[in-house]
Amino acid sequence: MKSRRDFLLAAGSIVFASVAAGARATPAAMHEAVRKVAGDAEIRRGLVKLQIAPLIDNGNAVPLTVTVDSPMTPDNRVRAIHVFAEKNPLPNVLSVYFGARAARARVVTRIRLADSQTVTAIAELSDGSFWSDAGDVVVTLSACLEDIV
Amino acid sequence: MARAVIRLPSTARRGEIIEITTLVQHPMETGFRRTQLGEAIPRNIVRSFVCAYNGEEVFRATLHPAIAANPLLTFSTVATESGTITFTWSGDNGFSVTQSATITVT
Repeated sequence: MKSRRDFLLAAGSIVFASVAAGARATPAAMHEAVRKVAGDAEIRRGLVKLQIAPLIDNGNAVPLTVTVDSPMTPDNRVRAIHVFAEKNPLPNVLSVYFGARAARARVVTRIRLADSQTVTAIAELSDGSFWSDAGDVVVTLSACLEDIV
Repeated sequence: MARAVIRLPSTARRGEIIEITTLVQHPMETGFRRTQLGEAIPRNIVRSFVCAYNGEEVFRATLHPAIAANPLLTFSTVATESGTITFTWSGDNGFSVTQSATITVT
């Protein structure tokens, strides 16, 4: 006979299973994702400016702006900007590549955040150097996990 | 057919920096969510976006599941000559949307 205890155990395991399914990126996965774009190059702080709200009510759509201080001339320009979120299920968020006609190294988008975490932006310059900036955010409603349909 | 919205000035002076905002209708299903019965919902996202100005690539983006539904991207380019700017989104399940806009440069 199904008792209340059995029912609670079953319900608990379903909740546990759904939380476990939204596995978080490990620091190793984050490191690997960063090294995949940057190789062995040193990543310095500076030049990049990552604008994100410090407190976010809804992690499903978080406005994000990344600006890189660069003249964008043919021999001194930003090739790409990569955005990473360390505690999302996948650390990669967005990679953008600027063509020769791009005027400013700036991109605006909306991202999802699964947890309170540090969001990192890495810019790849035409001279092969990498620059970064990071922003700490507190997320009250997480994307991915609490939004079960 | 998914709707796409593009905002850019219709006319610009030569050498002027123009800002382009694009939005495409798409659920961006992450592939990490489950239904109440515990079945995984398959991933369905926009994988890439390309913007070309008279055929020359200006801006390209690779999107991951961490991009919010209805992906919005704002970037800029230099108005060099009159012509068409094309925007292409492509993604899972054969998703593909192409839109173009014309710009007059004076």
